[in-house]
Amino acid sequence: MTGFSRVQMIGVIAMVALIVLAPSVLYPVFLMKVLCFALFACAFNLLIGYVGLLSFGHAAFFGMGSYVSAWTIKHWGITAEVAILLGGATGAALGLVLGWLAIRRQGLYFAMITLALAQMVYFFCLQAPFTGGEDGIQQVPRGNLFGLVPLDSDMTIYWLVAVVFIAGFLLIHRIVHSPFGQILKAIRENEPRATSLGYRTNDYKLIAFVLSSMLAGIAGGTKALVFGIATLTDVHYSMSGEVVLMTLLGGLGTIFGPVMGALVVTAMENYLAQFGAWVTVTQGAIFMICVLAFRRGIIGEIGAKLKVAL
Amino acid sequence: MFTILGIPGPLLFGQLLLGVINGAFYAMLSLGLAVIFGMLNIINFAHGALFMMGAFVSWMLLNYLGIGYFPSLILSPLIVGIFGLILERTIISRLYKLDHVYGLLLTFGLALVIEGLFRNAYGSSGMPYRIPEALQGATNLGFMFLPNYRGWVVLVAIIVCLATWAVIEKTFLGARLRAATENAPLVQAFGVDVPRLITLTYGGGIALAAFAGVLAAPIYSVNPNMGSNFINTVFAVVVIGGMGSIMGSIVTGFGLGVIEGLTKVFYPQASATVIFLVMVIVLLAMPRGLFGKAV
Amino acid sequence: MLEVKGLNAWYGESHILHGVDFEVRDGEVVTLLGRNGAGKTTTMKSIMGLVPRREGSVRYNGTETVALAPNFIAKAGIAFCPEERGIFGSLSVSENLMLPPIVAPGGLSVEEIYTLFPNLRERAGTSQGTKLSGGEQQMLAIGRILRTGAKMLLLDEPTEGLAPVIVQQIGRTIREIKARGFTVLLVEQNFRFASTVADRHYVMEHGRIIDMIRNERLEANMDKLHDYLGV
Repeated sequence: MTGFSRVQMIGVIAMVALIVLAPSVLYPVFLMKVLCFALFACAFNLLIGYVGLLSFGHAAFFGMGSYVSAWTIKHWGITAEVAILLGGATGAALGLVLGWLAIRRQGLYFAMITLALAQMVYFFCLQAPFTGGEDGIQQVPRGNLFGLVPLDSDMTIYWLVAVVFIAGFLLIHRIVHSPFGQILKAIRENEPRATSLGYRTNDYKLIAFVLSSMLAGIAGGTKALVFGIATLTDVHYSMSGEVVLMTLLGGLGTIFGPVMGALVVTAMENYLAQFGAWVTVTQGAIFMICVLAFRRGIIGEIGAKLKVAL
Repeated sequence: MFTILGIPGPLLFGQLLLGVINGAFYAMLSLGLAVIFGMLNIINFAHGALFMMGAFVSWMLLNYLGIGYFPSLILSPLIVGIFGLILERTIISRLYKLDHVYGLLLTFGLALVIEGLFRNAYGSSGMPYRIPEALQGATNLGFMFLPNYRGWVVLVAIIVCLATWAVIEKTFLGARLRAATENAPLVQAFGVDVPRLITLTYGGGIALAAFAGVLAAPIYSVNPNMGSNFINTVFAVVVIGGMGSIMGSIVTGFGLGVIEGLTKVFYPQASATVIFLVMVIVLLAMPRGLFGKAV
Repeated sequence: MLEVKGLNAWYGESHILHGVDFEVRDGEVVTLLGRNGAGKTTTMKSIMGLVPRREGSVRYNGTETVALAPNFIAKAGIAFCPEERGIFGSLSVSENLMLPPIVAPGGLSVEEIYTLFPNLRERAGTSQGTKLSGGEQQMLAIGRILRTGAKMLLLDEPTEGLAPVIVQQIGRTIREIKARGFTVLLVEQNFRFASTVADRHYVMEHGRIIDMIRNERLEANMDKLHDYLGV
C-alpha cells in the first residue's frame, strides 16, 4: 500500500492481526464498540489532525447516521450494508450543510459554531417523531448482508464491522496521502500562502469536512445495527466530547492514535461505569492532563520515543 | 384581560419576562466569556460549571453555615473568584504559549471534572433554594403580575452588566485591560504587571459567572447540570454577538433572551432552537457577528 | 548609564544577537545604525525584556536587568517607543497618553507634553488613538513615555515613514528632551537625521557592534558608513 512507511505497515498488519485474533480473547460486542468508535475517532482525526479544524459537534453526524440506519432497516427492511451506507450519506449531507456554515469562521469560532449547530441537531432529534425522542429507536434488526448473510450472530456481524473499520481506516489513509491530502496539509500549515497559490481553501476544507462527517455517519450506522438501538446519547454533546477525548489521548494527527484512544477510553468507561459520575471526572481529568503534560498522546509519545511517525 | 396578536396579555408578558430573565443570564455569562477571551484568548468552557459552582456555594453557605442570600451575593463570587485566580495561576497560564485549541480542550476537561465532582456529591436532581423573604411575592403592574424576585434579577443583572461595561470602557484600569487585549507585551513594557492583570481578569470573569449563579439559585433549582444547560446556548449567543465588544455581548444576550421568550409564545416548537437559527442567519449575513471585530 | 556586555538573544531557534557590547552615558543621545536585519530592533527589545531568551549583561544605573520581566525593567527607569508606535485603537488619545504608569518622579507633566506637541493638545479628545496621523501617533508615542519619569528612552525608528516637516519636528523634540536631561538610545536608518541629534553612533552587523563613530567624525567617515550600510 503506497504511503505507509515500513513501521506504519508493520503497525497496520499488527492492527489487522489483532482485530482478527481478539474475539477469541475478548467479547465481540465490546470489540465492535471499540471498532465503531475507532472509526468515529479516525474520522474526527482527519479533520483536526490533517486539516487543523477542531469540530466540537461531530456527534451530530455519528448520531444522525445512527438514527437513519436504525430507522431505515427497521421500517424499510433494507439490507445491512445499504443501511450503513445510508447512515454515511446522512452524515455527508449533514456535514455539507453544517460544514459550509462553520467554515466561514476560523479557529475557535469554528469549534463553537460546530458545537452550537450540533446542539441544534440534538434539539431537533429530541423533538422529531422519527427518532423516538427519549426512548430512541429500539429493537433495530441487524438484517442481512447483501440479502444473503444473516447478521444475528455476534461473530458474523463482527467480521462486517471489522471490514467496515479497516476499509474506513485505509480510505482515510488514502485521502491523507493523495494530492488532495497534500493540499490540505499546505492549508493547515500556511493557509494564506495556499490561497495565494490559487487554491480555494474553503472548498478543500469543506470536502474534508464532508468526508469526515460521512465516515462518522458510517460509524454511527454500524453501531446502531450492532447494538440494535439509536438514542439521544448518540447526538449529545458529550458524545462529541468523547470522540475528542479519544483522539487527544491516542494522539492527534497520528495514524493509530484514534484507534488506541478509542480502545483505552471504551475500556476505561466499561470499567468505570459502575462508579457513576466518576466516569465524567476521569474523562475531564484525562483531558486536562493530556493538554498540560501529554499533548502527543499515547501513540504520539511512542512515536517520538522511537523517532517514527505513527 | 386583553390580547395581543391572539395571545392573552398576561401570558405574553409573562413569557416576555421569562425571556428577559434568560437574557439576563445569557448577557452576564457571555460578558464574562467575552472579557476572558479578550484578555486570555481562551474560550472558557468551564464558565458554565463555575456558574453552577456559584449557585452551589450559595446553597452550601445557606445549608452548612446559615449564611443567607444577600451575603452570598458577595461571598459566593468572592470564593469562586479566588478559586478562579488559583486556577489561572496554576493551570490556565500554562496554555498561553500553546495553540488556542488547547485552551478549549483544557477548559472543557475542567468543566467535566467540576460537574462530575458535584454530581457525585449531590446527585443529578436539583436542590431547592428559597427566595429570600424580602424578595418574595409579586407586584401588580396592571398588565401583568411581576414576581418580585424575577424583577430583582433583571434589575441587578442590568446594573452589574452596565457596571462592568463602565469599568472596562471608562476607567483607567479598564484602559489598561483594553490596551493589554490589543498588545500585552507593550503594556508590560510600560511597567504594568500584565500577568497579574490577566489573573485578575480571569478571576473577575469567573466571579461574574458565580454571581449569576447565585441569582439563578432560587429560580432554577441548584443542580450540577445547570451550567451545561446554559453554556451551549451561551456559545451561540457569543458567536452571534461577536466577542469584540462588551456592550455588544450585553445587548445580544438580552436581545436573544427576548427573542427566545417570544418564540415560546408564538411558535413553541422552535423555542429550543431559535437562538441557533439566529446564529445561522448571522453567520450567513455577518460573519463577524453583530458587534464583532475581526478574529 | 546603560552598559550592555555580551548580549546574546534568540527568537526561538534563531540566534539573532551574538554578543553585543556598547554603552550609553547619562545625557547622551546614541544611535544604533545598520542594515535591515542587523539586529538593532532586537537589541532594543532585549534591553526592554521583550525578547524571551537572552543572555549576557544589561546594566542600567548599576542594576542588572537582563533577567527581569519587562515591567520591572520599566520600573528601573527605561521606557520604550516601538517601531510600529504601538498606539492603541481601543483607547482614546488621552487614555493612550496616560496609560504608562509613573515609574519615577521628574517626568514631564501633561501640560508640558502638550506644549512640546501642540498637535496632541488639539487632538486630545479623539476617541480612538489610531485615528491620528502617522506623525501625530509618533508624537503621542514619544509623549506618553516622557510622562513616566523614565530617564532612559529607547526610540525605534521614530522618523520612519514620516514627512520631512514632521521629521524635523521630531529632531527638535529629541534635542529638547536631551537638553532636559533625558538619555536616548535611537535606532535609525536615516543617518542624516541621526547626525542632527546624536553624540555617537554604533554600527551593527549580523548581531554585533562592529564600529563606533563619534558624531563629529561622521562626515569624515562617510565612505566607511556607506560600506557598512550598503547605501
